[in-house]
Amino acid sequence: MVRARAPWRGRLGRGAAWGLAAAVPLVFLGVFFAWPVVTLVARGFVGDDGGLDLSGFAEVFSQPRTWRILGLTLWQAVLGTAFSVLLGVPGAYVLYRCRFPGRRVVRALVTVPFVLPTVVVGVAFRSLLVQGGPLGFLRLDETFAAIVVALVFFNYSVVVRTVGGLWEHLDPRAEQAARALGATPWRAFRTVTLPALTPAIASAASIVFLFCATAFGVVLVLGGIRYGTIETEIWIQTTQFLDLRTAAVLSVVQLVVVAAALMVANRTRAKRERALNLSSSASSAHPLRLWRDGRPTGDLAPAALTAVVVVVLVGLPLGTLVVRSFRVPGGGWGLDNYANLGTTGGRNALSVTVWEAAGNSLRTAALATVLAVVIGGLVALVVSRRPRSRGGRRAISVLDSVFMLPLGVSAVTVGFGFLLTLDRPLGLDVDLRTSGLLVPIAQAVVAIPLVVRTVLPTLRAIDPRLREAAATLGAAPGRVFRTVDGPIAARSLGLAVGFAFAVSLGEFGATSFLARPDSATLPVVIFRLIGRPGAENYGMALAASVVLALLTAAVMLLAERLRGDRPGGEF
Amino acid sequence: MQRTTARTRRARSLVTGAGTTLALLALAACSGGDDATSGSGGDDASGTGDTVTLVTHDSFAVSDEVLAAFEEESGLTVEQVAPGDGGALVNQLILTKDSPLGDVVFGIDNTFASRAIDEGVLAPYVPEGLSDSAASYAVGDGDELTAVDLGDVCVNVDHAWFADAGIPEPVSLEDLAKPEYEDLLVVTNPATSSPGLAFLLATVGAFGEDGWEDYWADLRANGVKVVDGWSDAYYVDFSGSEGAGPRPLVLSYSTSPAFTLTEDGSASTTGALLDTCFRQVEYAGVLANAKNPEGAQQLVDFLVSEAFQADVPGQMYMYPADDSVALPDGWAEFAPLADEPFEVAPADISAHRDEWIKAWTATVVD
Repeated sequence: MVRARAPWRGRLGRGAAWGLAAAVPLVFLGVFFAWPVVTLVARGFVGDDGGLDLSGFAEVFSQPRTWRILGLTLWQAVLGTAFSVLLGVPGAYVLYRCRFPGRRVVRALVTVPFVLPTVVVGVAFRSLLVQGGPLGFLRLDETFAAIVVALVFFNYSVVVRTVGGLWEHLDPRAEQAARALGATPWRAFRTVTLPALTPAIASAASIVFLFCATAFGVVLVLGGIRYGTIETEIWIQTTQFLDLRTAAVLSVVQLVVVAAALMVANRTRAKRERALNLSSSASSAHPLRLWRDGRPTGDLAPAALTAVVVVVLVGLPLGTLVVRSFRVPGGGWGLDNYANLGTTGGRNALSVTVWEAAGNSLRTAALATVLAVVIGGLVALVVSRRPRSRGGRRAISVLDSVFMLPLGVSAVTVGFGFLLTLDRPLGLDVDLRTSGLLVPIAQAVVAIPLVVRTVLPTLRAIDPRLREAAATLGAAPGRVFRTVDGPIAARSLGLAVGFAFAVSLGEFGATSFLARPDSATLPVVIFRLIGRPGAENYGMALAASVVLALLTAAVMLLAERLRGDRPGGEF
Repeated sequence: MQRTTARTRRARSLVTGAGTTLALLALAACSGGDDATSGSGGDDASGTGDTVTLVTHDSFAVSDEVLAAFEEESGLTVEQVAPGDGGALVNQLILTKDSPLGDVVFGIDNTFASRAIDEGVLAPYVPEGLSDSAASYAVGDGDELTAVDLGDVCVNVDHAWFADAGIPEPVSLEDLAKPEYEDLLVVTNPATSSPGLAFLLATVGAFGEDGWEDYWADLRANGVKVVDGWSDAYYVDFSGSEGAGPRPLVLSYSTSPAFTLTEDGSASTTGALLDTCFRQVEYAGVLANAKNPEGAQQLVDFLVSEAFQADVPGQMYMYPADDSVALPDGWAEFAPLADEPFEVAPADISAHRDEWIKAWTATVVD
């Protein structure tokens, strides 16, 4: 080895730093996601003679049912995504671009559905829709429409937050200039603002699509038995029939669907991604005004639409839940259900009280959030670079998509894969499968893509000339990062923290396979309460769901507070 | 040997990164409460002798004092993991049989019992002094699984609804397919819920392997509603529960009416149709390749001991397998077992379960 000369040292060091920034997340994802999933899927392709057996494909694809399920999966994911975006973009405008009293509360409120356990949401939704229920006249119970509505209910906030996070920092002057030159508000939006937002919208749409494509509980509960998706089929084939061949084929199909969706999203983003003029949110938000000089303003339509969505889509199911949680078992109204949260339920349905479970949830979520933000932050940093070489750009784009995959792979595949691989992995003397350590890790794997998608649009919008200018003025790379990227990234990091925390609070799929009764999380406890007979347990399940909703809202509000515009953050 | 600074730095950073990850893991370990020690991990002799891990479903419950007394007496610490129930539990055990998730399993029921035995998940063990009633539920050669508790899955009826409508309540499975009970019944999906599977088996037991599909075709024609899970059926569709739904007949348990007593506790607003039941028996067994087989055997002994058996009704709302144990007050009146539940031999269930579920799906759904 020769000793490197000084000019090289910096570059090599920088390369090494970037290499490491990419390596840590890759190792994490490799151990806690790729290895388990590949191991389980590979089992499905091992024939009776121990060789490779791909005959499962022909078998699965020769059944008409498979095609029906594939069609339904795509159809509900496309519709769920389309409606979430159509309703979410105006929502992002009203909640992040306009100022009005109570804005932060509404922002927190729309995030709540995102974390509620599907079993409770299912009961709340179906209670509204069932024949004789308040919305029974719509005849939506066990229909495809009910599934789509519920998907939008869950994912609306993803679009609002992801798009809103970028929109609030967009410099309003470009649009104002267009207006001054005579463009209508709609035209100014379409030609100036929308192109700038496209990367964030594509980001949000890709997340929502993956969530919808892998929705499990929503489809089972609201669709009744007629509707199945690839995800529900993988679930049933794996947990009930242990038909790993069929499950493996379906997992590959799911992966193909997801990869295709990610490619489309990437293309859309890459075309549009460019440096934007970002400003502090304080200067870009304007007071919400519905009327000016006796005429409706451009804010009226989005505000009205958002109000309807918040009240009907989010408010009605949540309101049903809250109201019912005050119904006393045996009749009347009161706080009995909440008083019971300190107990282990009617006839000891639980091994921990709901408050203990809430503590477990918060502890687990805090850990998962730290993991997700550190690793997701590293990924976002690496992926936000724009290398000059084509190969480098391609590598970056692949890396970007790879970290999205956990959202598009069935929780049951990950959970069962853990069982096969994480018995004292890497020579550690811990059976990770049953130690409880795996819960925050599994949650972090799901939260990382959301962190990346939340931070990335902002990072990518930073004008590289800012960095170049700083470097020209003699700032070392570390300093450039601290003074240019850091402050801007910190803003969206607040959003990301809240998001990661929410995901982890509500995660149930993988968690349910790793549950330890003595350290059960809130969703696990809720699932258990609602699965036991007894009015008292039912009431507690509803009250516990309200507690989970309030926790989420509080965490979101806190994350918003932490993010507040700091002085000196002008750029 | 000289290295470039970059490589050293990379190595150092890698170590730091790994260190951070380990620190996080350690932090996780500390935050998991006071019992975050690894379940049955560690090959060191000190760690395995005193911990026994019970793999179970999320409905497992035992009084603190009963469990504490066992731990005191045996010197063992009982860890619990609950990775799922019904089929999910058994299938996870099958997948991990070479490196099991624990030492003992509780919660394999008679619909999956043969399957677990055939797959070699369990090691043979028969507790000494097992009651005759528990021994009568033996599966196969009777060495691998020990019956711990049992309960009946039956159609439940909302008394008030039928009284108001002036229609007599149905009694038998055949009644459910009659026109006067059209659109009144809600059951659960056998592919996703264990009571659903139990009810499917009740119809197989009642109408035989050649007749049950026709019966379901009749039920379908009579407007049976199938939902995903028990909570959904009971709380949304059933008229006799919190949800006050539209249907007065629901698939539930024979013990459910004990949860719907009137204010003074003298009567129940719902009842179980005891001629529509399938008996679920839950078993415990020592897992093959358990790290602590002696502890596992002690734990199985405990599960069939009088102390635990007497604790079963109050904790899990099932009947103890030992019929000499006294039952709580009111059980005879509001939560009786069926006299003659429908039966299907566990070996038959194991051989045909998947095929029956698929045939059911083809009959009722497609």
